[in-house]
Amino acid sequence: MSRPEQLAPPEVFYNEDESQKYTASTRVQHIQAKMTFRALELLNLSPTEHFILDIGCGSGLSGEILTEEGYQWVGMDISPSMLAVALNREVEGDLFLSDMGTGIPFRPGTFDAAISISAIQWLCNADTANNDPKTRLKRFFNTLYGSLKRGGKFVAQFYPANDEQLTSITSAAKVAGFGGGVVIDDQDSKKNKKYYLVLTAGQAENQV
Amino acid sequence: MKFLTTNFVRCPISKCDNSLKAFPLQYKNCELIQEELEFNPEFLANILDRLNWEAIIAVAGDLGNDSLPPTKPENVDPKDPENEQLLKDLHTLLIETQITEGEMHCGECGHIYYIKSSIPNFLLPPHLV
Ligand SMILES: [Zn+2]
Repeated sequence: MSRPEQLAPPEVFYNEDESQKYTASTRVQHIQAKMTFRALELLNLSPTEHFILDIGCGSGLSGEILTEEGYQWVGMDISPSMLAVALNREVEGDLFLSDMGTGIPFRPGTFDAAISISAIQWLCNADTANNDPKTRLKRFFNTLYGSLKRGGKFVAQFYPANDEQLTSITSAAKVAGFGGGVVIDDQDSKKNKKYYLVLTAGQAENQV
Repeated sequence: MKFLTTNFVRCPISKCDNSLKAFPLQYKNCELIQEELEFNPEFLANILDRLNWEAIIAVAGDLGNDSLPPTKPENVDPKDPENEQLLKDLHTLLIETQITEGEMHCGECGHIYYIKSSIPNFLLPPHLV
């Protein structure tokens, strides 16, 4: 099976048909839910941290879990069809049509934390002449760092295509100021192996 | 888009990164709805610290509400029954008031972002990336 990243840009790949198929698939729902719970576990939020950014929120499968867990959230996605499905499903978070590679449009210290499920590998795509992965990764991590409060965490489950992508993602995060690294679940299973980027944006003020 | 979000969203164009005029955006031709949502006093008390009250007043003004208190309520204990009305008012304003259609103008570069069916569009044309 080809990886969707190799077929077309995300806003093209996740057209109306694909968006509905994707969201209705119980297999997808199950895997997305599992990965969202794992991301929350890795975030390990304190009881007062409640404002979350969901990057590549798609049709709101992860967002519904955030709502159930009592969080307020804002979701960003580049696919209008995915967001239309989210809107129809009446998710509670705010939905943004936005390209993570051109910057996170929020002022400094907005979010307690951010998550992303199966999305940030898209940053490594060079779909058009304008899409330079290096520039996009840099813009993404720099503006994400700014939008998190100091000490705020970002956990992203993602599918790196190869070691080179893994390195360019982690080094862009480091250059932006993030600390942390990659957690690999089910390392020995080709089928179930999952990568989680676990990052912290500087140190919390009360710890300094 | 919830009123709350207007207090955080700014122009994503890189030349506006360091401009004080890229936040808050200016809201024009907006249509609003009130949607009943669950009241979460702890969340409101926590987020209050983070709110830029001047921006709350500016955006409320854009949307036709000039009746907000001029200074931000401080140290609001969500468990104190005396604060219940205040937190309920904040809930009505920040969470339940939503913009369904409208325009957001950047005060620095003048770019207009549109809100359609409650979803703000922040996709940038290639020449602004
Ligand atoms: Zn601007």
